[in-house]
Amino acid sequence: MPTKVEKDALTGTETTGHEWDGIKELNNPLPRWWLYIFYATIIFSVIWMLLYPSVPWLNGYFGGLLGYQQREVIEDQIGNARQAQAQFLDAIAESDLTALSEDPDLFQFALTGGEAAYNNNCAPCHGLGGAGQANYPVLADDVWLWGGSMEDIHHTLDVGVRWEENQDTRFSLMPAYGTLGIFDRDQIRDVANYVLTLSGQAAPDPEAAERGAALYAEQCALCHMDDGSGDRLQGSPALNDQLWLYGGELEEIMAQISAPRHGVMPAWGGRLDPATLNMLTLYVHSLGGGE
Amino acid sequence: MPDDQTQLYADTADVQSREEQKKAPLFAGHVKVYPKKVAGVVRRYKWAVLIGLLAIYYLAPWLRWDRGAGVPDQAILIDLPNRRAYFFFIEIWPQEVYYLTVILIVAALGLFLATSLFGRIWCGFTCPQTVWTDLFMWVERLIEGDRNARMRLDKARMTTGKAARKVSKHAVWLIIAFATGGAWVLYFQNAPTFVVDFFTGQAGVGSYFFVGLFTATTYLLAGWAREQVCTYMCPWPRFQAALLDEDSLVVTYQSWRGEPRGKHKRGTSWDDRGDCIDCKACVSVCPTGIDIRDGIQLECIGCGLCIDACNDIMDKVGRPRELITFDSERNQALAAEGKPKRMRIVRPRTIAYVVVLALLIGAMAIGLSSRSTLELTLAHDRSPLFVTLSDGDIRNGYEVRILNKTHEEGVYTLALDGIEGATMSIAGQAADDVVEATLTAQPDSIASYRVFVTVPAADLTSDRVLLNFILTDVSTGATVLGEEAFRGPEP
Ligand code: SF4
Ligand code: SF4
Repeated sequence: MPTKVEKDALTGTETTGHEWDGIKELNNPLPRWWLYIFYATIIFSVIWMLLYPSVPWLNGYFGGLLGYQQREVIEDQIGNARQAQAQFLDAIAESDLTALSEDPDLFQFALTGGEAAYNNNCAPCHGLGGAGQANYPVLADDVWLWGGSMEDIHHTLDVGVRWEENQDTRFSLMPAYGTLGIFDRDQIRDVANYVLTLSGQAAPDPEAAERGAALYAEQCALCHMDDGSGDRLQGSPALNDQLWLYGGELEEIMAQISAPRHGVMPAWGGRLDPATLNMLTLYVHSLGGGE
Repeated sequence: MPDDQTQLYADTADVQSREEQKKAPLFAGHVKVYPKKVAGVVRRYKWAVLIGLLAIYYLAPWLRWDRGAGVPDQAILIDLPNRRAYFFFIEIWPQEVYYLTVILIVAALGLFLATSLFGRIWCGFTCPQTVWTDLFMWVERLIEGDRNARMRLDKARMTTGKAARKVSKHAVWLIIAFATGGAWVLYFQNAPTFVVDFFTGQAGVGSYFFVGLFTATTYLLAGWAREQVCTYMCPWPRFQAALLDEDSLVVTYQSWRGEPRGKHKRGTSWDDRGDCIDCKACVSVCPTGIDIRDGIQLECIGCGLCIDACNDIMDKVGRPRELITFDSERNQALAAEGKPKRMRIVRPRTIAYVVVLALLIGAMAIGLSSRSTLELTLAHDRSPLFVTLSDGDIRNGYEVRILNKTHEEGVYTLALDGIEGATMSIAGQAADDVVEATLTAQPDSIASYRVFVTVPAADLTSDRVLLNFILTDVSTGATVLGEEAFRGPEP
């Protein structure tokens, strides 16, 4: 409690009655402009509380006289954004891919939309920008297992690869030459040596490579072709280039002959709407390898 | 006292000197200042400066400058939606906003130079706060009368007459404030069309908001806050002391001449006393309500009106003018000792300011006159950093952006340098693996291309080699260079 309220001689203002180490404080009034603003904020807050959601009840809250809901506002905004996109998306879903890439506005929209869809759905395996990763194909290079034209890419996306829920899925299977006992260990080594020479590399063991040539012609050339150029219709990879999905060392090639690994990609048709599939196609095609 | 003597003191009988104020308590409420009308040389200069500056401010947005079709023809325009700034023949893109920095630094240095030479000449004559406050005070004087009339009016009971004067004063103030806020927005809009849009309700919400905001601030700062802005809000008075030295010209009361002050009766001797007759005319005209005879003060904005006021008094009592004058501290000390004054304009401090100013202005002039109308920016793909192709070649992707700052469509050739055997393919162009490509850019815009550069693995000496992009304008032959890394596998 203030005890010694006194009047200041010079101003006639009372002190607060407290004393701190000999210092007394005058009890001057608050500045009027400050007080008015303070009152104005109080009035404002009362009006605000009446108009907008404010006071919580036990089982809910007072929603305000305006019936304002942030959730509705957001839904409106999302709806508006969807509507604004709709004219593009409709056109993209309907037009064919070549026509699409010739309309600059649609094309730009499709690339942007395709990138978003790619980053959400594809990037976990194929890497950002189609960079690929170990055992998952790079999409930015010029090697395609199932073709790199827009139609091919679109079809691969649509039906997936070895995705058995889809009857039309891209499917290829290489026999497990080691596990099934078709080749013995030495034969596998011979074929692997020969496969290396297909891409112009020196085989670690030239004699083995010579022996492997006959085995290759007999067993492998049907799918991978005599010159190792592969066959996209069957999804059999080219062996005469510098890129190896499952590794290009002798040991790695032997492992792949003995018990081949086969990648799987879901069929995106049905999961993604037609417009998104088209956008994805254009985006993947634009990464650098499109044919 | 004879009549005319009474007259000398009558107007200012209530003015308190600093001496008297010393007895006052530490806390004092704001005391309204009623500056008295004054005439004289300084006042004439101030009017001239005020008219000149206001004319520039209100009229500059209306100046036109032909830049050709499709480009705004407003001489001074900051076009925010299109990210361009125009100043007569100069056109600035957002990337060149550093010119603005240089302009601000030049302005600051100019202010430092002026201050070290002439004291608070900026505050007293050219500061917007001073100029608009002066204008508002002039309006106030026209409507409510001079100092004494205004004080009487404020004390009087509210009558229709008083109300009429007050209302009309604020109305005129608000009109001026509105014109001021409106003119500000004109620097960001095409003035002739915007004015029509504004009054027909077609302008954007932002425009109305900013006109309202600047109307309010002008009205409050020049009408109500006035000298309190200078004394309490503005940082400039606080550090100008660091820029002043004993050779700077400041408004000075020549106390060696004026003291001892005292009332003077006509016809009595001037021996053994100073020239100051303690009439307080200098205090009554002061827009910040201070007494210059107390020496240099934070509140003094250096407007020099007290000089005019005192000169008038000196003429009346028959003493030499300039008892209050623009003078330096050093000269005052010399004069007090009876030595001749001398003016030192060239001092290490002023030389330093002038040199730096000249360098900056020179650099900016060179920069602006040789401003490029073509720029090239490169961005290397983040992912994938590089791609190995089926034949073992290495390919990198780049985003190549061409900034065409001319008003014509640009045609360019792009070539590579720095890596033997490097070829490129432009996304969307038919030709693959070329050594030179032709690119175009629309007038006054940025063209963006995806460029894939391929290098045979054998030609790559390390996992990071610098690659030069050379862009040449086909019509002018002008060339710009860009440098980016080419990435590859560890060799
Ligand atoms: S300095 Fe001049 S104006 Fe001020 S009180 Fe003295 S005589 Fe009057
Ligand atoms: S003291 Fe003189 S120069 Fe300073 S603000 Fe007042 S009138 Fe102006």
